[in-house]
This record gives sequence, structure tokens and C-alpha cells, in this order.
Amino acid sequence: MEINFIYPLVGGLIIGAASSLLQFGLGRISGISGILANTPSATLKKDYWRIFFLMGLIFGAAICLSFKPQLFSYTFEAPIISYILSGLLVGFGTRLGSGCTSGHGVCGIARLSKRSITATLLFIGAGIATVTLKGFFL
Amino acid sequence: MKKNLIALLSGSIFSIGLVISGMTNPKKVIGFLDIFGDWDPSLVFVMAGAVVFNFISFRFIFKRKPLCDTQHQLPANSSIDKKLVIGSIIFGIGWGLSGICPGPGIVNIITAKSEIFYFMTSLFLGIFLFSLFDKKSA
Repeated sequence: MEINFIYPLVGGLIIGAASSLLQFGLGRISGISGILANTPSATLKKDYWRIFFLMGLIFGAAICLSFKPQLFSYTFEAPIISYILSGLLVGFGTRLGSGCTSGHGVCGIARLSKRSITATLLFIGAGIATVTLKGFFL
Repeated sequence: MKKNLIALLSGSIFSIGLVISGMTNPKKVIGFLDIFGDWDPSLVFVMAGAVVFNFISFRFIFKRKPLCDTQHQLPANSSIDKKLVIGSIIFGIGWGLSGICPGPGIVNIITAKSEIFYFMTSLFLGIFLFSLFDKKSA
């Protein structure tokens, strides 16, 4: 089996660079679930960096789509109910657990935070269990 | 203004990294979580690339104050509590159901697929439900 690791590795390094830039410039952790959840209240308080970060995510996606549309050639194959249920659990769970793949996974582990290492092991473990069980029953 | 521009740039770079790495492709994510099935380990390199980059750069970044603030804002809580554990497990289950976490969810808005519309709407609903739950339990 041939594993293409160049794209994942380069992409990972770019994610690290983006996250380091935010920490260097703003002193903020690039935790996307937290940024997303706090955007409405922060924007009302005229604190705009979060909404700029989110606009950046969309802008970067637009750049990728216009230069290399084949990067988006994948499809979404699960039934609609999976996306609805998934969104609810991801939204609620990342707030309760104070972070997602970016905040705990990318930033927290690099800071050697015990909370983030625990969270990452748990959400990857729960993800593995879910995919495995789904494979059994469906 | 400088703060917002850095956030915009960081978000754009983050997004490009997510797309190049394959994290935005739900099939790749589910393949990564399917360790007992047809395992696709390539996303290990995404995490490794991002964490190693931050691990090294954070040593320098945390030595001085950020460019646009007086100090780095880091989570004060260092205890592994019930909220962290349960939240991360709930998030992991949701992640395994769809293969989408918050960052890739936002980036995938550009695909204009209905699945992403359902995911993002329920994600916001999940965040909102948590804020109700949090007020009640506080």
C-alpha cells in the first residue's frame, strides 16, 4: 500500500505556521470551536479578530478552490441524519470539553497541556469507536 | 487593525493547510479513524507536522509578549475534570459520525454542499444548546 504522506505533512506544517502566527501576533490560541462560539458576543463588544480569522478560513478555501479545484473533488457519503447528529454532538461536545482538533490537538499538545493531551486521546478514541461500531451495524 | 489583519492572514493560511493536508475530506478522516478496518494513516502526518511546528516555535513565541497584546492568553484551568472528559467523548462520537470537525466544517462551506449546510446549522444549534445548559448548571 502506498501512503501519500507529503500532502498531509506539508498541510500539517502550514497549519502549525498559521497557528504560530496567531499566537505570535495576538497571543491567542487558534482553537476554532472556541473562536466560532465566541464570535457573536465578541463582535458585539467590538472585538473583531475572531470574525477576521473566520473570514480568513473562508478566504483560504476560496483561494484553494480557484487555483486547484480538484482538492475539493471528494464527496459526502453519509446519510443526512449523520451530519445533523454529528453537528449537534460536535457543537455541544467541543464547548463542554473546551476545544476541538485545533485548540486541544494542534495547540494544546504542542504546549504539553495535560488537559489537551487527555482530550485529544479521548476524542480520537471516541471517533475510532464510533467508526468501528458503525462498521459493525451498518 | 493590525490585529485583525494578522487574524485574517492566520485564518487564510490555516484554511489552506487544512485543504492541502486532506483534513477537509471526510472520507480521509473516517479512514484515519478506521484503525480496525481499512486504516488510512496519512492524517497522522497532519497532526505530527502541526504539533512539531508549534512545539518548536512556541518555545520562542512564549518567551516574549505577543505583537499586539500585553500577554499571551492561555487557559487557566489545568485540571482534568468531568466536563473535559465527557465533552471530548461527545465531540469524538460526532466527529466519527461525519468525519468533520469545526475547522473543516467552516472551510467546506465553500463547496456549497447540502450536507455541510446541515452540519453547520446543527453545529451552531449544539453550541447554543450548550450555552443554555451551561447557564442552568452554573
